[in-house]
Amino acid sequence: MNAHQSLAIGQPLETLEAVSPAAPKADAMVRFEGVSKIYPAYRGKPGVNALQDIDFAIQRGSITGVIGRSGAGKSSLVRLINGLEKPTTGRVIVDNSDISALAGRELRLAQRSIGMIFQHFNLLSSRTAADNIALPLEIAGWAKADIKARVAELLALVGIADKHDRYPSELSGGQKQRVGIARALATRPSVLLSDEATSALDPQTTRAILDLLAKINRELGVTIVLITHEMSVVRQLAKEVVVLDAGHVVESGHVADIFTHPEHPITQSFLAEVIGDSLPVSLASRIVAEPSAGGQAVIRVQVRGAGAGDTLVARLARELSLDVSLLSARIDEIGGQHVGSLTLGIPGGEDAVTRALAWLSQYQFSAERLGYVA
Amino acid sequence: MSPELINLIIQATGESLYMVGIAALLGTAFGLPLGVFLATSRKGELFSAPAVNRVLGIVVNATRSTPFIILVVAIIPFTRLVAGTSIGSTAAIVPLTIASTPFIARLVEAAIREVDGGLIETASSFGASPIQIVLKVLIPEALPGLLLALTLAVVSLLGYSAMVGAVGGGGLGDLGIRYGYQRFMPEMMLAVVVVLIALVQLVQSAGDYLARRVNRRLRQR
Repeated sequence: MNAHQSLAIGQPLETLEAVSPAAPKADAMVRFEGVSKIYPAYRGKPGVNALQDIDFAIQRGSITGVIGRSGAGKSSLVRLINGLEKPTTGRVIVDNSDISALAGRELRLAQRSIGMIFQHFNLLSSRTAADNIALPLEIAGWAKADIKARVAELLALVGIADKHDRYPSELSGGQKQRVGIARALATRPSVLLSDEATSALDPQTTRAILDLLAKINRELGVTIVLITHEMSVVRQLAKEVVVLDAGHVVESGHVADIFTHPEHPITQSFLAEVIGDSLPVSLASRIVAEPSAGGQAVIRVQVRGAGAGDTLVARLARELSLDVSLLSARIDEIGGQHVGSLTLGIPGGEDAVTRALAWLSQYQFSAERLGYVA
Repeated sequence: MSPELINLIIQATGESLYMVGIAALLGTAFGLPLGVFLATSRKGELFSAPAVNRVLGIVVNATRSTPFIILVVAIIPFTRLVAGTSIGSTAAIVPLTIASTPFIARLVEAAIREVDGGLIETASSFGASPIQIVLKVLIPEALPGLLLALTLAVVSLLGYSAMVGAVGGGGLGDLGIRYGYQRFMPEMMLAVVVVLIALVQLVQSAGDYLARRVNRRLRQR
């Protein structure tokens, strides 16, 4: 929106008016407009309201995470984007065409501009790596020579040129997913859907695959939609996030904004997975409700924002002349913002704790008293 | 054993192979598409047509539950219509084909249903048509199972072919009944049984070998 407005300055008014309503739509790669998806009752199973009142847009060229617990509606959402399912109400616009209105041959043509990778890779066991990558091209009716050249190019792009003639059963999980990515990119799609693509991989391989996706986004400009239940995936790769819970979008926006100020409990629980909200066992077991002579009060300070926590302990100690001790700390970076918490020990009785809490709230730090240790 | 008798065995073996070979080919030609359709036409599947699926299922079951010898006799008018005659090896191909088609269809259906449903979804997601999914995904992925199914069908056909002697179909089974049993020639009966055992072993080994060759799921080192 802003980008468009600055672009429009100085242009003749009629052009501005002609372009204005369409501009934000053109910026969106995927747009949900009042979408709901209801699976009707069937053979004694009750109906399911998988998605309700879904309205959001995924910007062209972005990497957007769609995060939710199992059953939140993630799978339905991804199947609506690639046209495998029709919304019960509303529209799903992909690359400026209403995919929810297409059927048959038109739908199949549109699907060629949407690549998808899967948790279990879904490679054909009867085809080599190269032939798996060739499959969407054969389906699209490419000439043999063109397919051969394109496959070689894709194998090199995903870094497994030497696995050309290997069957999936001879490849590791990470290599299989690289084949999956190459296959998804074969027809030069404008959007790549990743459905839990790293959930079956170990942490190192996950990291490598996410780096590859980042490279693809950077070099090819492909819009990437990451469907995941793992906060670490969103944190490593996504710039935008949509938090899904029980069929509703509960929060959406920049990753940094959403996770520095999580409002919905589900978002907070995802954040807790990364930064942890539990104390070390040895500390937790020593905390008591009543102060003891010569002991310390334990307070926890939430740290949010760029460089927020850097000098906090030093300043608190210096400005209030307190021998603050650092009992436990966990600070991580999400979207360039610091997110975490510090657990501090404040000696000197009730008066010192009150002063410390007042000082923290003066600087907009949220803090709570957990108890006391001897 | 006299040269005449050996010639009889060779001739009967040729008749058996002719009947079984052609019936297996025709049975596959009809049974493969039928089996693929049965495997993909339940509600919500690729060629969703639940009513047709149910009707075909009943027809297939009815054909399979009819004892073969009764089928042979019952369809004699139809055999005469198709083959121009109701006796001889060529005529026998008609009931053999009709018996093997539903059998092969059920085996094909089972093999196709073994293919991971995620692959159908994958192919659909990149815009494959239902026909492309069958030809490029389902059949290639089910190939090891399909080859084993065909092997089983050929072995069963060899058994069925022993019964078409009843309509003058000839073949090894007919030879065994007429010479080995009715003329009381135990050596002829033994020879027929040995040839049949050898044929079944050969077919089964060839089928197993081919199925292993095309199976890329677990590669032998």
